[in-house]
Amino acid sequence: MTASEKYTAAAYLVVFVGVLAYVVIIASKLQRLQREVARLVDLAKEKQHEP
Amino acid sequence: MVAGGCLVLFTAALTLVFFYAPTDANQGLSQRIFYFHVPLAFTAYACFGWGAWKAFRHLWKRDPEADLESYVAIHQGVIFGALTLATGSIWAKISWGVWWSWGEDQLVLFLVLFLFYCAYFMLRYSVDPGPQRANMCAVYALFGVALIPVSFLAIRLSKSFIHPVVFTSHGYEMTNSQFLTFCVCLAAMLSLFATLYSIELAGKRLDASLRELRELLA
Repeated sequence: MTASEKYTAAAYLVVFVGVLAYVVIIASKLQRLQREVARLVDLAKEKQHEP
Repeated sequence: MVAGGCLVLFTAALTLVFFYAPTDANQGLSQRIFYFHVPLAFTAYACFGWGAWKAFRHLWKRDPEADLESYVAIHQGVIFGALTLATGSIWAKISWGVWWSWGEDQLVLFLVLFLFYCAYFMLRYSVDPGPQRANMCAVYALFGVALIPVSFLAIRLSKSFIHPVVFTSHGYEMTNSQFLTFCVCLAAMLSLFATLYSIELAGKRLDASLRELRELLA
């Protein structure tokens, strides 16, 4: 592999890793929001059953 | 829909970059960094511009959603800006033999623009949420947009430079196949911005609604 090929691969890899890291962060945030929704649904059900 | 279009455009862009665009006679394979590096920079400009437009909408129309939209666009702009600097630095190393050149107006002005918008987050998170923070952030975002034409024109105003100029007043200085590849890459990058922007915005809106719901149920 020549130096030119290495640097070109590195540049494209940087973009791929950067976007992937961002998607992973967003996915983890969405998972947190899903858990929060489930928790609030449970809380709302508990409130409904309260006398 | 947008995400699907983004995937199709990226597949087309990578195919064109590695199997269609001709290899540059002077720079060889490393010239192919151009097809992602320049669209990344243009997308960063578009993000900051969109953020400034939303900031303007906030100040002018008092659109309640505009502040959040401006923030998300600037956040995206900083991500695309960081990727521009990273790919540019790698390209500089193979082309010029250095990771960074402080003598280049284009590079330094892009770094100034990037750092200016990084400081936006320091301002935003140092003030309590509310109308005052939204107004301050909107004014800041509008000031920053003035740096975009300066950054873009710096290379054309500079007297001595080594950074290549592709888009001149006479048109584009590349072959038609290179220009087509560049246009597809730019469309792919803009569609990536549209996808990530809509996902992050939906997440932020959901988070705000959940916070409101939590307070109501407490």
